[in-house]
Parts: sequence; structure tokens; C-alpha cells
Amino acid sequence: MSSTYLRLELLRMFRNRRFFIFSLGFPIVLYYLIAGPNKGNDDLGGSGISAPVYYMIGLVAFGAMTAVLSAGARISAERSTGWNRQLRITPLTTREYFRTKVLTGYAAACATIVVMYVAGATLGVSLPALDWIEMTGLILVGLVPFAAGAIAMGHLVPVDSIGPAMGGTTAILAFLGGTWFPITGDGVFATVAKLLPSYWLVQASHVGLGGAAWGRTGWLVVAAWTVGMTALAFRAYRRDTNRV
Amino acid sequence: MRTEVAPAREAVGGIRLAALAKTFQSPQGPVRAVRGIDLDIAPGETVALLGPNGAGKSTTIEMLLGLTRPDAGTVSVFGLPPEGAVDAGTVGAMLQTGSLIRDLSVRELVTMIASLYPEPLEVDDALELAGIASLAGRRTQKLSGGETQRTRFAVAIVADPELLVLDEPTVAMDVESRRAFWTAMRAFVAREKTVVFATHYLEEADAYADRVVLMATGAIVADGPPTEIKAMVGSRRIRATLPGADRALLAALPGVTEVDLRGEAIVLICSDSDAALRALLDASPAVRDIEVTGAGLEEAFVQLTHEEPAAEAA
Repeated sequence: MSSTYLRLELLRMFRNRRFFIFSLGFPIVLYYLIAGPNKGNDDLGGSGISAPVYYMIGLVAFGAMTAVLSAGARISAERSTGWNRQLRITPLTTREYFRTKVLTGYAAACATIVVMYVAGATLGVSLPALDWIEMTGLILVGLVPFAAGAIAMGHLVPVDSIGPAMGGTTAILAFLGGTWFPITGDGVFATVAKLLPSYWLVQASHVGLGGAAWGRTGWLVVAAWTVGMTALAFRAYRRDTNRV
Repeated sequence: MRTEVAPAREAVGGIRLAALAKTFQSPQGPVRAVRGIDLDIAPGETVALLGPNGAGKSTTIEMLLGLTRPDAGTVSVFGLPPEGAVDAGTVGAMLQTGSLIRDLSVRELVTMIASLYPEPLEVDDALELAGIASLAGRRTQKLSGGETQRTRFAVAIVADPELLVLDEPTVAMDVESRRAFWTAMRAFVAREKTVVFATHYLEEADAYADRVVLMATGAIVADGPPTEIKAMVGSRRIRATLPGADRALLAALPGVTEVDLRGEAIVLICSDSDAALRALLDASPAVRDIEVTGAGLEEAFVQLTHEEPAAEAA
């Protein structure tokens, strides 16, 4: 309905310094710190993938998770300042509101992806065009449960604790998902990791290895998280707006 | 001026609150914020909800806007439930609490809100009406308190709403901002809009409303033209020094309702302090140290609610 609303929300995000620091700055710096010294490693930790590619996607996962979840922080902030009540007395529908927040988060995620791909290229990452496209597609799909989770957190977590809550969630999911090192084998750790949506974001780096990067398990896990998080977001929103 | 209502608007009716009630749960037990109020507002009227804190004004406004669901009773805004009126874009409001979102200029913020409505005002016109055209390029996080309130007012009116609702719009404003605010408000009301505003300042209700609805402890205790309400709650207190004052003589002065003598000091509670003061000066030239102050509105409300237990029974 209102492209002006989306345009101005995007403008707000790009004017915010924190966006550049956390969604773009952190991943780039960490990438050069971790992947730079291992530039020549063609098979990182038995994953079959070179270090520059692996960490490029690992940090895309980290940055894009942060970017999409930050939509939740914006929702929480607007609830605490009363801005969402101001919006509730306009014809803006809830669906439109959430769509705008999610698209804003995705725009930030795309900026992270582009910046990290460029950083990857500077460390010699070179993939066939189709692999780039497939990888990007998987990441965008893999972010869907995070978008729903962001809406849920935005309604469940008060603004003064949303920073630590988001930061902590991102850190744990990135760690268990394999952002910092490849998760291999069949141990408990690997089993748990495979049940997390962040694992499958990182797993998008496997597109070049032949066969599907995700397989049935990947699609199922991502779908299950999407359903679960969407239900939670819906309930959190209902509870919030029914409150006195 | 606003009594001439366009026929088209009369056809869809005004605003009707019927048997509206809301109780909140608190740790101290249930709080009956609104106790079954009935109120009809004609299109084009400017109505002040006047009452002290805790009178139920904000809760009534939230139910009028559909932000709070009533426990009982109904709300109709131009023939629609509140949510319907909001979706149709006929309502604009300035809520009591709420800051602005940051990282936008005043013009961008008002543009954002305008884009959500079917037939908004031109953004520049809204800024002009709100008296903030000169602030258009400033970031919202750099506004003063009064400027923020006027920007919130621009946000409320840019919809070009048929019904404008303001919940204590001038609270926390200094005198100058308050005057600028009401000037802006007058400019908007001149467009034949229906306005409901809550206030606890009798002067504001008196100066800017066609009609004052007096609320206390969740009920309507009086409803009438400002002059009438002012006479009910607008008593003033004259303090002075008058050696050898005669209580009976003072009580007989025009406009005096109560006399209190404390040594040489006299205190007169007046329904008409002007008449009382003139008569006092004529009758007792020795009077000195004269002070006239408004009697506490809160006291007047408490008195009114205690005197009218019938209103509580609703």
C-alpha cells in the first residue's frame, strides 16, 4: 500500500550508525582477521571448503542474522516509546507493519551479503555464477525463521533487555551453527547443530560441492523453525495488543 | 460558527459512547477506571473532557480510539466502531504519552504518516497549521519538548481527520508553547472538525471548548457549556488582612460562598471573586494585602463527586 512508509523506514536504518557497525563493520573485520591468515587453506577442518569461502558464508550468516533480528529491536523500541500506538490509530494494517519491518531487516541482510561477497572476492573467492545465486537464495530462505523470530522477540522482550537478548541469541546461534569453525562428524554437538536454523545458513556455503547444500533435513529444519517462530510471533503480537 | 453542520456529515452521525465501562486489575484489587458513561458528541463540536488525574479521561479516549477494549458498552464514531473509523482514516489523535521515532526529519516523519491515509493534507499545509514549518528539516531527536508536541500535533492532523482526539496535549509545555499550540489547534478547528480533548486545566477547557464534560472517578459529573462548568468548579479564594472583620458582613458580600477568619487574616471562597472584591473594597476600605487565587480544582472535583452520589451509581 505505502511504498513511502517502507522507503522512509529504510532511510532511517541507513542513517543509523549502529547498522553500519554491527551488520557491516563487525563481519568484515572478523572475516579478515579469521580468514585472512588461512587464505591458502583449501579444506577447512575437513569440510571440503576453502577457508575464505567458509568464513565468508559463516560471517554472512552472523551479519544477516543480526540484521534481520534487528527488526525485532526496532519493534521493541517502538512499543516502548508508544510509537506503535500512534501507528495503531492510522489505517496501517498489522500485516503491512510487519512486512515493512521484515523487508527493512532483509535489506540490511542483503547489504551484509553484498559486502561480504566483495570481501570474499578480495581473498580470492571465485565461484560459478550459479553457485553465487543458489547460495544467496538459500541464505534468503534460511533467514525467514529469523524474521518471524524477530517479530516475536520484538513483542516479548522489553526494550532495555532487547540488546543483550539479541546479541546473546546471535552469538549462541552463530557458535552452534558453525560460523567460527566447521561442524563435522556425528557427535552430540553436530546433532544439536543440525537442528538449528543458523547451521543451515552456514551450510549454504556447500553449494559448490556437488549435490544439494541443504538436503531434506535442511529444508525440514528451516520449515519447522519458520512455522514455530511464526506461531510464536502471532501469539506474542496478540497477547501484546490485547493487554489493557 | 460550528453549529452549522453539513447535512452529509449529519447523516453519518457523530460520536456516541453508550454505557461504557472499563475495570483494570491492579495489585491492590480492581480499579474501576470508567464506570458506565454515556456521551453523545455532534459533528463539529469541540468537547473538553475535564478532570483530575485518575478521572478516567485517558481510558475513555483509548476506548474511543479502539486502543482499549471496553468491558461493557459501545463506541460509535460516525456510525462505525472505532477500529472501522480508524481504518477509514477519519480519526487523528495525539496520545498522552509517546515520543517520535528518530533518524527522520520533521517533514519526513509527517510524510510517513500522511502516506498511510487515503486523503491526507499536503504535508506542508500540516506543518504550517501546526506552526512548525520552520522546523521541517530538523531531525526529530533534536526537537525541544514543545516542538515535539507540535510535531505530534502535525502527525495527528495530517490525516485531515473528521475527528481529532487530543489527550492532555499541553501537559509539560511552558506557557509560550502552550499558547502556540492552541493557536495551531484553533486554525485546525476552523475547518469544521469534531474535536475531543482531555485536560486538567479549567482555563483550557473554558477557552477552547464549546462544551465541557466534567469527569471524576470514572464518571461524568457535569456536562455543559464552559461558563456553566466554570461556575461549578472555578471558585476563587480572596485572602486579605482586615483587622476587626465582621464575619456576617463578609458572608453577605455578593459572590462570597464561604468565610474563614484567622486572626486579622480573612479568607473568602468566592463563586464570583470580581463582584466580591469590589464589594469588599467598598465596604471595608481598611482591607490590605489582597491576594486572589484559584481554588484547587482537585478539591472542587472531590467536593462535586461527594455531593453527587447518583453519578457513582451508574
